[in-house]
Amino acid sequence: MTVPNAEASFGLTEVEAGPAASTPGRGRVVRALLAKPQVVAAAGFLVLLVLLAVLAPVLTAIEGSGPNAFHSGAVDSDLGGMPIGAFGGVSGAHWFGVEPQTGRDIFARIVYGAQVSLTISLATTAVTTVVGVVLGTVAGYFGGVVDTVISRLMDILMAFPALIFMIAILSALPDGNRTLLLICVLSVFGWPYIARVIRGQTMSLRQREFVEAARVSGARLRHQLFAEVLPNLRGTIIVLATMAAPGYIGTEAALSFLGVGVVPPTPSWGQMIAASVNWFTVDPTYFLIPGAFLFLTVMSFIVIGDHAQKVLDGREA
Amino acid sequence: MAGFLLRRGLFAIGVLVLISIITYGIFFWLSPDPAVTICGKACTPETIATIRHELGLDQPFWLQYVQFVVHFFAGTEYGTGPTATPCTFPCLGFSFQTHQAVWSMISSRLAVSATVAIGAAVLWLLAGIVGGVIGGIKQGTWWDRAGLTVALGSISLPNYFVALILQYLLVVQLRWLPFPSAVKFSDSPTQWFANYLMPWIVLAFGYAAMYLRLVRASVIETLSENFLRTARAKGLPSSLVIRRHALRPALTPVVTMFGMDFAALLGGAVIVETVFGLNGVGKLTSDSITKNDQPVIMGVTLLVAFFVVVANLVVDILYTVLDPRVRIPR
Repeated sequence: MTVPNAEASFGLTEVEAGPAASTPGRGRVVRALLAKPQVVAAAGFLVLLVLLAVLAPVLTAIEGSGPNAFHSGAVDSDLGGMPIGAFGGVSGAHWFGVEPQTGRDIFARIVYGAQVSLTISLATTAVTTVVGVVLGTVAGYFGGVVDTVISRLMDILMAFPALIFMIAILSALPDGNRTLLLICVLSVFGWPYIARVIRGQTMSLRQREFVEAARVSGARLRHQLFAEVLPNLRGTIIVLATMAAPGYIGTEAALSFLGVGVVPPTPSWGQMIAASVNWFTVDPTYFLIPGAFLFLTVMSFIVIGDHAQKVLDGREA
Repeated sequence: MAGFLLRRGLFAIGVLVLISIITYGIFFWLSPDPAVTICGKACTPETIATIRHELGLDQPFWLQYVQFVVHFFAGTEYGTGPTATPCTFPCLGFSFQTHQAVWSMISSRLAVSATVAIGAAVLWLLAGIVGGVIGGIKQGTWWDRAGLTVALGSISLPNYFVALILQYLLVVQLRWLPFPSAVKFSDSPTQWFANYLMPWIVLAFGYAAMYLRLVRASVIETLSENFLRTARAKGLPSSLVIRRHALRPALTPVVTMFGMDFAALLGGAVIVETVFGLNGVGKLTSDSITKNDQPVIMGVTLLVAFFVVVANLVVDILYTVLDPRVRIPR
């Protein structure tokens, strides 16, 4: 389980490396998942979030404020810049209220922050899954020296205190394309958690009769890997990816919260919460909104991942 | 056993050397030139060159790294004349922002970080193990479901968010706790305790959820093992089976995870210490990020890596004692 509480061990997945269960048909898995109200709610929230992120320019145009526009009229300069109105200045013009002092629109910053958060987490998930699956299958299928090298590399990377190393690297790097930097740094420390499980499953698949049959009947290596091994890893890969994504969202937010992640003026949820620390006593809406989005996003991924794992393990279908 | 200890010890030292090279490399190649930082504004290329030469920054990477290692063990002095600052073992370098040796900055804050880590560890181990064992034994019951739901919630809550909610509820709204302030234990034990209570709870929150899920899964897996079926088949009462045969193997994975987590926390709970303004190593790290104080960040990174590697070593040794199924590899 990757955890948004980034102080905990990074990217620890609970997905067991048991023998790969025969993957049930795709339609059946989706139907079993959609029979659960929690999964439907979680998936619904994620769809909504993706829509918010994709439609951010349209939505902010409808609402009438961009993410970086200052609205000095929405804050009370006599009260040190407190938003005017109840709940942090929630109004028809500012759906989620405004930031204290600057008066920037929180709704606009949330939807643009969703773009950043989703881009980084989904890209990192894609990179770590591809790298993890490739190196994991190679290590598990070929064994020997290749396996030793890859396994030792994973051991060392997983023994690293990841958060502090990411802080070190990101604080040392000059400002540039922070989004790309974050994807790279998160990927470097993220792939071993996927590769480790894939390696274990590949090793047990390799012993199965159908793979052995393909091997002794002289099937090409490409056929052995892509037609025999990989299709049987499909379920595991989906679960691993779903479980990894929330960890990257949480870690990105934590790094931005600490000031080494996404840098202003690019909005990010972690950054918003960091800025709200000085205002939490008088304007709780300011930290509750980005916090709630972060919480719901991470929980939705975990709920889907948990249930997908159960269904694919055949514990309940 | 002696051979095993020696091999594991050597591996740990190897990993430490590797980590120190990588860490040093990160700051050597990636970070902006410290000479420019020291020089400040209105600085000529000649002054920068002089500073670089004085600090040995014009040397190649390997020489600088070796010198760093030598200074680490043998110590050195920064600056010249009466303003010189001595840096003794373990010399991790010198902060150009505060003009102090990095190790003295870190060591003076270790006690606070240890207090945060120990208090939180007690809480999360209690909650995680008790909740996990109950959930695992009484799988599918109301208790189990409640525990899992709470765990799902707290695993999804970032700890800085929990910190803000708790502070808002307990301090601002209900006024049960005072605003966090630096109080020594000797001055007022109750206020000291009240100060640390929220950091402990916040930090323990997320870990407890993870440990609960881990312990629960581990208990369920252990209960299906053959040696437990044998114990039950012998006619032993199930409470005795659980206490004498199931708990020990079920809890060994916790040892691995706890070793890593606790060691990393000794090097500072960066987020929690920052949010609650506790002057520990974690706060030092986040302050150094803001001030761009690279030597300090490097020092903390090395220290945390050291703690984690040592913890891994200790866990490996403990494992051979705790789990009768683990044989010492020859």
